[in-house]
Amino acid sequence: MLFKKGAEANLYLETWYGKKIIRKYRYKKAYRIEELDFQLRRSRTFHEAKLLLEARKIGVPTPFIYMIDVKNTSIYMDYIEGNQLKKDMNHLINKNLICEKVGEKIGLLHSNDIIHGDLTTSNIIIAKNGIIYFIDFGLGGFSSSLEDKGVDLHLIKKALESTHYKFADECFDAILTGYKRIVGAEFLQNIKVKITEIESRGRYFQR
Amino acid sequence: MKICLGIESTAHTLGIGVINSEGKILKQVQKTFIPEIGGGIHPRKAAEHHFKYARELIKEVKNSNNFNLKDINYVAFSQGPGLGVCLRVGAVIARTLHQTLNIPLIGVNHCLAHLEIGKLFCDAKDPICVYTSGGNTQIIGFDGGRYRVFGETLDIPIGNMLDVFSREAHLQHPGGPKVEKLAKLSNKFVELPYTVKGMDFSFSGLLTAAINKLEAGEKLEDMCFSIQEVSFGMLVEVTERALAHTEKNEVLLTGGVAANLRLQEMLKIMAEEHGATFYVVPKQVAGDNGAMIAWTGLLQANYRQFLKIDESNVLPKWRIDEIEIPWIN
Ligand SMILES: Nc1ncnc2c1ncn2[C@@H]1O[C@H](COP(=O)(O)OP(=O)(O)O)[C@@H](O)[C@H]1O
Ligand SMILES: [Mg+2]
Repeated sequence: MLFKKGAEANLYLETWYGKKIIRKYRYKKAYRIEELDFQLRRSRTFHEAKLLLEARKIGVPTPFIYMIDVKNTSIYMDYIEGNQLKKDMNHLINKNLICEKVGEKIGLLHSNDIIHGDLTTSNIIIAKNGIIYFIDFGLGGFSSSLEDKGVDLHLIKKALESTHYKFADECFDAILTGYKRIVGAEFLQNIKVKITEIESRGRYFQR
Repeated sequence: MKICLGIESTAHTLGIGVINSEGKILKQVQKTFIPEIGGGIHPRKAAEHHFKYARELIKEVKNSNNFNLKDINYVAFSQGPGLGVCLRVGAVIARTLHQTLNIPLIGVNHCLAHLEIGKLFCDAKDPICVYTSGGNTQIIGFDGGRYRVFGETLDIPIGNMLDVFSREAHLQHPGGPKVEKLAKLSNKFVELPYTVKGMDFSFSGLLTAAINKLEAGEKLEDMCFSIQEVSFGMLVEVTERALAHTEKNEVLLTGGVAANLRLQEMLKIMAEEHGATFYVVPKQVAGDNGAMIAWTGLLQANYRQFLKIDESNVLPKWRIDEIEIPWIN
């Protein structure tokens, strides 16, 4: 059963030996040439599965993976019952607490050199039992560079600004508070400087 | 009926346009600075160019028989973002007209002007805008009183990437049209870095790799083909995500790179898959021009957004998402 149609994948709700699971299938894009298209879908499927596993190992909740089928660009994983943070954000009473927790998890990812690559409030699920899950690692990778980590945080900041602009600042500050708990004050300072630099870069390019 | 004169001078083009409140362009003139082969845009040289031609362009506008200089109600200029020295030329002309004609002065954001003129000419209501030029690459949509930037380049703009590549390949400036022409001669895909990070993208890794591969002996037309496929692929992918995210049903392509037929084709395929209508800004107002500044000036004039001379400093880093937009609800 088609559960959700994403911008690059269809998510099907299926059963796997009696258990509810999600099959994420990255579909073909007609606007791209076949060669580039398949290469991208394959590598994203592979990377996503790998990062979901790695993140889980270091204590960042992600759906458990049952199978990857790289050729058919599909990942079979646990179905997480809950809501996207994006949907919950507007009526959460403990917004700041949740954001701090999100920040801690991002801190964990980064201190293990895992870059999420697409940090938005659609890619964070608050499960019914309150656990905060991270999904959609297809654009992620491993990196120890301050730049890549800075871009990751810049992305969530922007996602907040474009979809939750009424309390974006407050939420981002809470995320950094949680982040600091894991990475320490010194690293936080460095990454803040980096984020400012990244933001000033996109503005206007001096040729 | 109101008439506005607009001046554009953010980068290599000095343009003056006159438009009325029905959206009819009464006059449009421009001069573009063209660097020698192998040279980039030098801000100071471009500014000197603008100063040199300012008088001539104003004279042409004055001699138009569609209107009289005294019929003009407002003067608008491109206040930013852009190259400081170039922006200042437009500001000086605008202030002069403001004082000699005794009409209100309006500061317009250059990116906003690209979007508004595109919406006017395409009759688009609430599109996701793909704004691509030599100085900017952004995916923009209106939400909650402002235009929001959903995705943008993390380093260089796409037009600049194409220009620098062409320069390295000894093609004439501007590079975009040359790359497009050569790309049509090939269908051999050479792998290049495809960098999408969240909703943002980056073209510098692609540029470096493309130059290296060219030097290593790959054929120029194959590189042109592959550069287009990869860089446009990145743009369309992010546009698609913005479209899905906002659930809007229009896509508008604007800015200088909008003229590229392959980019148009890719966006059209994507938009139609989402049941959205695809629009591309007409060539006449696609690149930097004065008419778009004039039109946006008229929109702002309805809300009396007039500047005093001492508020009319240029803003080289002015972002579109800093501006409250009262004319859209
Ligand atoms: N394992 C899962 N359990 C529950 N819901 C999921 C799961 N994976 C994805 N989803 C839902 O589907 C949406 C799209 O999935 P995602 O992996 O983010 O793909 P896309 O790349 O298309 O954004 C998510 O925002 C989430 O709501
Ligand atoms: Mg997602």
